[in-house]
Amino acid sequence: MNDTNPMLEMRGVGKWYGDFCALYDVNLKLQRAERMVICGPSGSGKSTVIRCVNRLEEHQAGQILLDGVELTEDTRNIERVRREVGMVFQHFNLFPHLSILDNLTLGPIRNLKMPKKEARELALHYLERVRIAEQAGKYPGEMSGGQQQRVAIARALCMKPKLMLFDEPTSALDPEMISGVLDVMVELAGDGMTMICVTHEMGFAREVADTMVFMDRGEIVEVGPPSEFFNNPTSDRARLFLSQILSHH
Amino acid sequence: MTDRRPPPARKKARFTPFDFLMFGILIAGMIYIVYRVDQVLVYHWEWHTVFEYVVRRDETGALVPNVLLTGLMSTLRLAFWGTIAAAIIGLVTGLCRTSSNLFLRSVARLYVELIRNIPPLVFIFVFYFFISGQIMPALGIDEFVRSASPESAAVVELLFSPIGLFSNFLAGVICLSLFEGAYISEIVRAGIQSIEKGQWEAARAIGLSRFNVLRDVILPQAIRKILPPLAGQFITLVKDSAIVSLISIQELTYVATEVAATTTRVFETWIIVGFLYFAVCYSLALLFGRLEKKMQTGRR
Ligand SMILES: Nc1ncnc2c1ncn2[C@@H]1O[C@H](COP(=O)(O)OP(=O)(O)O)[C@@H](O)[C@H]1O
Ligand SMILES: [Mg+2]
Repeated sequence: MNDTNPMLEMRGVGKWYGDFCALYDVNLKLQRAERMVICGPSGSGKSTVIRCVNRLEEHQAGQILLDGVELTEDTRNIERVRREVGMVFQHFNLFPHLSILDNLTLGPIRNLKMPKKEARELALHYLERVRIAEQAGKYPGEMSGGQQQRVAIARALCMKPKLMLFDEPTSALDPEMISGVLDVMVELAGDGMTMICVTHEMGFAREVADTMVFMDRGEIVEVGPPSEFFNNPTSDRARLFLSQILSHH
Repeated sequence: MTDRRPPPARKKARFTPFDFLMFGILIAGMIYIVYRVDQVLVYHWEWHTVFEYVVRRDETGALVPNVLLTGLMSTLRLAFWGTIAAAIIGLVTGLCRTSSNLFLRSVARLYVELIRNIPPLVFIFVFYFFISGQIMPALGIDEFVRSASPESAAVVELLFSPIGLFSNFLAGVICLSLFEGAYISEIVRAGIQSIEKGQWEAARAIGLSRFNVLRDVILPQAIRKILPPLAGQFITLVKDSAIVSLISIQELTYVATEVAATTTRVFETWIIVGFLYFAVCYSLALLFGRLEKKMQTGRR
């Protein structure tokens, strides 16, 4: 655990659902403060990759090293991973029976054993950052999708993660809600957060990404800086994907 | 559309002529039954005979509860402890059924399937003779209770049953709760499984342990969903408590059998007993209904 380790390293990672190979020989390196965007067709394994990183899924081959420490089945190891890696889901997954404030303080109070008062202050701080501090007492069901997703980002940030994972954070949103969420993510990137985003927002990718990763059928097909990926994709599959996705924007 | 006013409200629900016809037939049917009993069977109603078994006057002329009311109290005590025990059994086995541990899952499944596929009577007979014949003596429950001080004996009698019948009462509570627990287990399992996967994932992603995920995220949501079927099951438990009359626990149905036999006023006895059960169960239903409303309006 020193600063020379990459934040995240995946070596030959494989994952199967029964006979179906969801990930095959995935190799990735992510440095501190690096911003990576993963794109690719639906079902190509994007979600599976990032879910393996915080161990919502278990990989079956290869190694995943988080800050130099390999992910294992050991519960303490898993709790550490969950503490250090934040995740934002496509469908927000806020806890509907808890107020916004309680949604945010639950993790710090339970996992970090933080006193309630301190957790509350922390939560208000992050709600301020995602610009919904005045709604702390509301319930998720009373908010718009865009607001809920910003709460979900704040909830993940409350654990003070070293690495943030985003799984299509804007795909479930109405168009007018998207920019509010992207703004928060851009700001977060500006603050030096290490992050992996699965997204089809190519404008965001161009602006923020240090590295573009293109996946297809469980494999990483292309890795490179956005300038190269968007202007001269090397593979036919990436070219096809880009032509399809950009024709809509 | 040029008008922004709401469309006229739909007509309120009303009885149609057909409904009135059905009411008429129902009432005619009831009158016929009363007629049969009264005129053809020449049954002489003697309500006061049975009422004396509900409340009677003692030597000083004061009204005191008689056996039917004390039987009702036994039923309530039985149902109260049975509900608590069944809720615990149902919660634990319901959680086991959603566990990732195959052993826990199989054991809980076996328990639920066994009970749901045996008639209650058979279950009670088999189990009662095992519990009261083997387990209670082995634990020395009766000696323990008999050795209690007079003060604690009074508390036991208030909360449970007469001292001499304590182990019998306990066996009844265990039988009843084991039986109803299987159904509650199913309700709990269904409730937990109805919470979407995303809630588990989000809770695990902020580092909650499995225990905390269940306690803080899944169960609070599941309880809200399962409250109606759970309430129904608790009311069923009150009614099902009648089956332990077969193992000589002196609750309402047991006492009623005796009263009907001694007075030979069969109709009156069972109509009164039916009314007592109805009063208890319907009050519970109203209570649960209010609780449900309260939980819904509190937050969504
Ligand atoms: N729990 C699962 N069981 C079986 N197959 C799954 C499961 N989760 C994902 N898959 C399959 O794995 C593949 C990759 O899924 P995913 O990573 O979600 O793709 P993406 O996020 O790129 O759309 C898909 O074909 C999907 O059907
Ligand atoms: Mg996906």
